[in-house]
Amino acid sequence: MSALTLEGLSKRFGSHSAVDGVDLSVAEGEFVSLLGPSGCGKTTTLQMIAGFVEPSAGRILLGGTDLAGVSPSRRGLGIVFQSYALFPHMTVAENVAFGLEMRRVGRSERDRRVRETLALVGLSGFEHRFPRRMSGGQQQRVALARALVIEPSVLLLDEPLSNLDAKLREEMQIELRQIQRRLGTTTVLVTHDQGEAMALSDRVVVMNAGRVEQIAPPHEAYERPATAFVASFLGKTNLLRGMVERRAEGSVFTVGGSDVATVEAPPGPCVAVVRPERIALTAPEEGLRGTVAARVFQGSHWMLHIDTQAGPVLVIRQNTGGAVPGEGEAVGLVWAEADMALRSEVAA
Amino acid sequence: MSIAARRQAAAPWLLVGPALLLFVGVVLVPIAMTVLLSFHRWGQFTGIEPVFVLDNWIEVAEDPYFSEMFLRTFRISVIVTAAAVLLGAPEAYVLHRMRSPWKGIFLLIVLGPLLISVVARTLGWALLFGGETALVNLALLRLGVISEPLRFMFTETGVIIALTHVLVPFMVLSVWAALQRIDPRVDDAAVSLGASRVTVLWRIVLPQAVPGILGGAIIVFALAASAFATPAIIGGRRLKVASTLAYDEFLNTLNWPLGAAVAVLLLIALAAIIIGANRIVERRFAQVFE
Repeated sequence: MSALTLEGLSKRFGSHSAVDGVDLSVAEGEFVSLLGPSGCGKTTTLQMIAGFVEPSAGRILLGGTDLAGVSPSRRGLGIVFQSYALFPHMTVAENVAFGLEMRRVGRSERDRRVRETLALVGLSGFEHRFPRRMSGGQQQRVALARALVIEPSVLLLDEPLSNLDAKLREEMQIELRQIQRRLGTTTVLVTHDQGEAMALSDRVVVMNAGRVEQIAPPHEAYERPATAFVASFLGKTNLLRGMVERRAEGSVFTVGGSDVATVEAPPGPCVAVVRPERIALTAPEEGLRGTVAARVFQGSHWMLHIDTQAGPVLVIRQNTGGAVPGEGEAVGLVWAEADMALRSEVAA
Repeated sequence: MSIAARRQAAAPWLLVGPALLLFVGVVLVPIAMTVLLSFHRWGQFTGIEPVFVLDNWIEVAEDPYFSEMFLRTFRISVIVTAAAVLLGAPEAYVLHRMRSPWKGIFLLIVLGPLLISVVARTLGWALLFGGETALVNLALLRLGVISEPLRFMFTETGVIIALTHVLVPFMVLSVWAALQRIDPRVDDAAVSLGASRVTVLWRIVLPQAVPGILGGAIIVFALAASAFATPAIIGGRRLKVASTLAYDEFLNTLNWPLGAAVAVLLLIALAAIIIGANRIVERRFAQVFE
């Protein structure tokens, strides 16, 4: 049985539909991310699960029970807010103990669980600090400990890492994942950061304009995006308009009159989705021809912006120490059929 | 030092100069003169003698008449402050929770009286308390709250009610400002952890509003202790407080040195109480709120 189920969940504000018929089933112990640009309805969805926003239609089932009419204080969910929302007038230990106090857990057990949870998030020894005297990362950990100590049936994370700097964010991602694995807490994360969603989740739910575009494991969503929106939102990508032509030796995908890859597809106009790291550089007279417009060094890799007959194309080259074409040089671009997703264009 | 550097060093002094001169001229010099005046001698026939004696201070310290006045001022101020907290803090919270158009309208209603002169507002209370109609007593009698008319004019009760009404907006403003700084998500966090509405109010909202309540209390206390118009109109000659006492010494008895001693004592007592209270507040909340 799934831990959390959303059935046709919708929220309308006046005539505007913020969330439009979201169906999702989260398994016990699973880590699921709601991913999308701001205003896609992911936060509203989380607010409805938490009980702060009343759904306009649809159901939320927690372990099989309908949550309709259940007040947020009785749902037993752990929530970590973007602003941390710590109680500024309480010490770290008092913050973490608050949920246990509300559950009338005895003092000795309360102290033990606060201590254990603070140790889990690496904050032993900070019990008597006030939140204002702590860094953003430490406050984040307190908020996590406060949500975890009540042993919630589902942990809801609302953009929990977006206020941290890049280096700290990466560390916290790894730690969050480890803690979640160790405790096996069913977790729903809301984020606009595709890297974060892919790094942390078992499955991502890509949302756009209130609707679910795709629900899939991160790798699958990246490799086989269901829609053009998913393709462009998850990582960098190239969308190339071309033609599949039938030749004597088989079908060939052509862009701007040049042969790029042999394919098995019905002839006609097509859009190809190709990830920049899958494009190979070859001699200027082969494949899709272009010139390097800009070359950007990123440490572990180079980013090449290439002007072609079919428009600008982004190519990523791993920095293996080999030669990389300079700006203004002519190059040819090729890739294998397996490296692109082809969609035939209807009446293009 | 080069000329340029010297000019640069002079610039801040030139910039604050006019304001500093004004402050010295209209605040520090009169206070210094009042302090000096309190050490002069006054005689029925001789008038003010510019000598340095402690007579006025000894009189203020020894005559129980003065200690009664100061005690009354202190008592009224404490009760007015407490009443302002009890009325103003919930009022500010209700305002804080209101939705958009109503919030602005009611804030205007709460703060509107500040636009009207204290004298006009106090005279309004005088009409309600006394006069031909004595509406307050009439209402209380009709409602059956009291069986005999109460005396409001020239009593501490009357002064306290009128002063509280005059000063409550300051408390509302101060608490409201503190509530505005609270992250609304903090309430949600407490609710998600299982807290009821009442628990959130008591354990989460109130402690965060405490700095605002204490700040408002200091303002209200200071204004109540130094208030003149309200005690003068409601209390009149019969019920004097420190400020009306100083006024009477200056303008009725014409004993300026004694009036000066009363005024200076009021200033010192107020400054001591406010600075002391502020210290305690700062020490208590330095860790929590910055």
